[in-house]
Amino acid sequence: MRLSKKFLSDYLDVSGLSFNELAEKMILIGNEYDSVEKLSSATNCVVGYVEEIKEHPDSDHLHVCQVKINDNEITQIVCGAPNVDKGQKVIVALPGAILPGNFEIKKGVIRGEESNGMICSLGELGIDSKYLSEEDKNGIHALENDAPIGIDAISYLGYDDEVIDFELTSNRSDLLSIIGMAYEVNSIIDSKVEIKEDIISREVEDINDYLSINVNTDKCPLYIARMVKNVVIKESPLFIKNRLIASGIRPINNVVDISNYVMLEYGQPLHFFDYDKLNKVINVRMANNNEKIVTLDQIERALTEEDIVICNDKEAICLAGVMGGLNSEVDNNTVNVAIEAAIFDSFNVRKTSNNILRSEASNRFEKGIDYKRTYMAINRAVYLLEKYADALVIKGQLVHNKIEYKEKIVEVTLDKINSVLGLNLTVEEVISALSKLTLEATYNNDKFTINIPSRRLDLNIKEDIIEEVGRIHGINNIIGKLPTTEAIPGSYEEEYYREKQIRKRLSSLGLTQVKTYTLTNQNNINQFNLNKVDAIILQSPMSEDRKYLRTTLIPSLLEVMNYNIARKNNDIFIYESSNIYYYDSEKNVKTKRLISGLINGVYTTNSWKNEKVIGDFYVLKGIVENILNYLGLTDRYDFVINELPSELHPYQSANIIIDREQVGIIGKVHPKLTKGNVYVFELDLDKILNIKVRNIKNKEINKYPSISKDVAFILDKDVLAGDVIKLIKKTAGRMLTNIGVFDIYTGENIDSNRKSVAFNLVFSDNTKTLTDVEVMNYFDKIIEEVKAKFNAELRDK
Amino acid sequence: MVINEQIIKIKEEMISDINLVNDINGVNDIKVKYMGKKGLITDLMKMMGELSPEQKKDFGKSINELKEYFNSNVLIIEERLKEEGINRKLNNEKIDITLPATQIRVGGVHPIVKIVDELEELFVSMGYSVVSGPEVESDLYNFEMLNLPKEHPARDSQDSFYITNDTLLRTQTSAVQVRSMLANQEKKPFKIICPGNTYRRDSDDATHSHQFMQMEGLVVQENVSLADLKGTLEVFVKRFFGEERVIRFRPSFFPFTEPSYEVDVSCFKCGGVGCPLCKNTGWIEILGSGMVHPNVLNACGFDSNKYVGFAFGIGIERVAMLKYGINDIRDFYTNDLRFLSNYDRMEGGNK
Repeated sequence: MRLSKKFLSDYLDVSGLSFNELAEKMILIGNEYDSVEKLSSATNCVVGYVEEIKEHPDSDHLHVCQVKINDNEITQIVCGAPNVDKGQKVIVALPGAILPGNFEIKKGVIRGEESNGMICSLGELGIDSKYLSEEDKNGIHALENDAPIGIDAISYLGYDDEVIDFELTSNRSDLLSIIGMAYEVNSIIDSKVEIKEDIISREVEDINDYLSINVNTDKCPLYIARMVKNVVIKESPLFIKNRLIASGIRPINNVVDISNYVMLEYGQPLHFFDYDKLNKVINVRMANNNEKIVTLDQIERALTEEDIVICNDKEAICLAGVMGGLNSEVDNNTVNVAIEAAIFDSFNVRKTSNNILRSEASNRFEKGIDYKRTYMAINRAVYLLEKYADALVIKGQLVHNKIEYKEKIVEVTLDKINSVLGLNLTVEEVISALSKLTLEATYNNDKFTINIPSRRLDLNIKEDIIEEVGRIHGINNIIGKLPTTEAIPGSYEEEYYREKQIRKRLSSLGLTQVKTYTLTNQNNINQFNLNKVDAIILQSPMSEDRKYLRTTLIPSLLEVMNYNIARKNNDIFIYESSNIYYYDSEKNVKTKRLISGLINGVYTTNSWKNEKVIGDFYVLKGIVENILNYLGLTDRYDFVINELPSELHPYQSANIIIDREQVGIIGKVHPKLTKGNVYVFELDLDKILNIKVRNIKNKEINKYPSISKDVAFILDKDVLAGDVIKLIKKTAGRMLTNIGVFDIYTGENIDSNRKSVAFNLVFSDNTKTLTDVEVMNYFDKIIEEVKAKFNAELRDK
Repeated sequence: MVINEQIIKIKEEMISDINLVNDINGVNDIKVKYMGKKGLITDLMKMMGELSPEQKKDFGKSINELKEYFNSNVLIIEERLKEEGINRKLNNEKIDITLPATQIRVGGVHPIVKIVDELEELFVSMGYSVVSGPEVESDLYNFEMLNLPKEHPARDSQDSFYITNDTLLRTQTSAVQVRSMLANQEKKPFKIICPGNTYRRDSDDATHSHQFMQMEGLVVQENVSLADLKGTLEVFVKRFFGEERVIRFRPSFFPFTEPSYEVDVSCFKCGGVGCPLCKNTGWIEILGSGMVHPNVLNACGFDSNKYVGFAFGIGIERVAMLKYGINDIRDFYTNDLRFLSNYDRMEGGNK
């Protein structure tokens, strides 16, 4: 909402008020603004008179003008405008003038001819070309013949106005009008809002002889129609044009401008019909599905049953609250005008305007209209048409009114006000704050009773009044304190807390946390979709790239990797924890919390010592195992090769299993997806955080010595070391306290389809010192078992 | 006095031997030569048996003196040689400490998660519980029960990603307000924060992101006022932007709070005198807040005549951008490792 100082001063004395200061004060009562500007910032411009004009001797388009700039002075100005002419009153920017854009006018010589200033167009004064007539867009502006020579042209034109562009909150429909703004500004300056009565000088005949209205929908609770005849279509007076321009509306002609002018004043949108296109009737109804109307912008619109339309005897002539129809438009041939002032259902207008067009009118209908203003506005429009369009006013008005207005009375106690605001206001202070807003309040029996005026649609409950009191009294001297409550310990949800600990652990293991978008493209939801879940698609996505809710985090991690590699950030060790969403078989939305990691490149290195650990399957396996051990799942997980997603390397990948349940995957990304050696894991956090784990208990340190034995088996190449380890553990029982692999060998002395795997076994007993004989018993048994079950031989014998 | 002469002779020889010793082997050799089983001093001792008690006494004394002389001198040499040996070894182990270190990989926390972590710690210390809620949320919880009926004009400002007509990606963590109140039907006073992802149908640019993080705060009890809200937010603002910061409430409108306030913090760049960061106003808008709207309380089963509450919503990216001077919100989601690694350290503190 753009607020013009001149427009405002019709209703409130704001002389002597700095608009910059006002804007700052309005912020503190909740009205933010974008800018404070002068309508024209041009300085040192006067009204001049073109006495003489001749062609520039050295140019085919410049004119050399002798311009009278005051009673005593004629000066020479070179002007390039095609429409400059002898006998015109013009706007002259004198040397020293500053035009918008910080353009300074200086004396000069143009192709040999002296030029002492500039004859200006309105555009050069800073008026946006969208507000200008074709003539004004293409040349200088000719003033009225009676403009006094030498006076300040900016004030003569009425451009000495200031405008605050407010960004209002959506509840303050009342501020979408100059009158509403006057009440609001009055709360700061404490003056008085005055609305003058408009007295129509002459009314003739009877509207009932001209028009009837039928409202056949409950979506139009109030419809008022009036009529004027014999309008003279012409340009609006300057003040109307200027105020429209200041308010951001393009002047068109006096009749159209009056409808906009009144809307700006009262916040009530009006619609003017060319009466002769109505066939004496106005019908208001809901549109039929697929009914068509050509709107003022010459576009044919297909309607739905939720659009409200205004019709003549045959067809729709206006899309109610949004835009008029071409078939009833007021144009230069219009003589008789029917005027509509109505209230349409805000939900329906919103729907229609969402589909078709947002306009100044629809914006106001959506936010709500004060029905009292509807009556005032239509009277105002008729008054202005009589005055500025020479209209003959027809007596009477047609009214359809189904509004059941109840006086809004709100009661609130002083205690409640103070306890919410944390202040210690007195009765007088509350009354004073409210009266600044022109809200009448009385105080009886320990409570305030406030009679809410109809213009304040936003005030309904006591909390609204508390807010108004705080807003106007000011709340920034409240002393902050902390809530006094019965002490409650702060806490985290358990799973959330555990996830935080996992994140810390992953960081200490060298992985950097990343954060990527939930929304992704079709390609990404199909990749690594482990359980082939049904992805969720948005109803109206912004782009193909952000259309689906992701079903896995790995593609996002690959994107981060590619982004970094493209920027030469090598060695990528990253992870992310996030939710994924999908439909289950019954189309219910399901959520899963995942944590995924990706590694590629050098894990640790010392380059000059030529030592490095490259991130490979075993590094990532170590990271994952570390996390699982950290969660207390030691000895309960397993890496198992069975069905794997096709995006993983078939021979360098595994499923992660805990207590027989799949909880994730780990492996190398398939070369069809990426060139490098990239390894990823994904763990289902919901699952792993819900596994029952015993709490930590002390374990006595074994004080008896341990005995270490090495053994190397020659095995078929396909035999998995993990399976051998499992068998050894099972055979050895509790005496075996540790087992490791210390060598893998293929080549000389080993069959080409065999390999040697060397194990280190540590035995101990926490009740006594083991003897070698005892250990050898176990050891021999182990050797026999492995030989038998895996077709193994001992390497060293 | 043959024996005495022998002692003198041995001593002379001993002095000469000791002077010649220059390594640990030499030390061992002379130890054997003098003190070994067949050593010179041992031999002398064997001669004792042949002497009269009188002589024994003198002789014993001389031998002891000789032994002592030997031991103390050899010990000194031994120690000197050991130290020389260690020094030689150390000298051989000299390294260039200016060579680059071994690169030990450590990961880091994403900067916006770092902010969330810090906020959580702060609010947990004030007795808040951290709760989470679903990102795919029902229209009912995201809008309707927050006093935003369908077609409410305030829904304009947060164009949403709908999945069906009744479900959407939540546009605000305020949805958790509703869930928390509904879950707390014994109506105990409660204080919660809810950090999480939120989504709005904005095109991504330097200051807009279709996905961003919010942290909702909510306190509901029988008596709580704007002063409590202010005090709580002051704790947050001072912790995050410096002890000298002050805040101001600017009346505003949110459907789920009444009264509603935008909260501005005094500019931490210029201190409030005006600079480009605060657009010469001295204030920077930091979050939205207010007293919970009675319609919201009532819809969630809390009698608004009895209970009051305050709520606030902090935009995490905004706080991070202001705190660290980040100009492009997309930096958080492109995850350039150079950007991320900059945040992998402790704050400098207020010293």
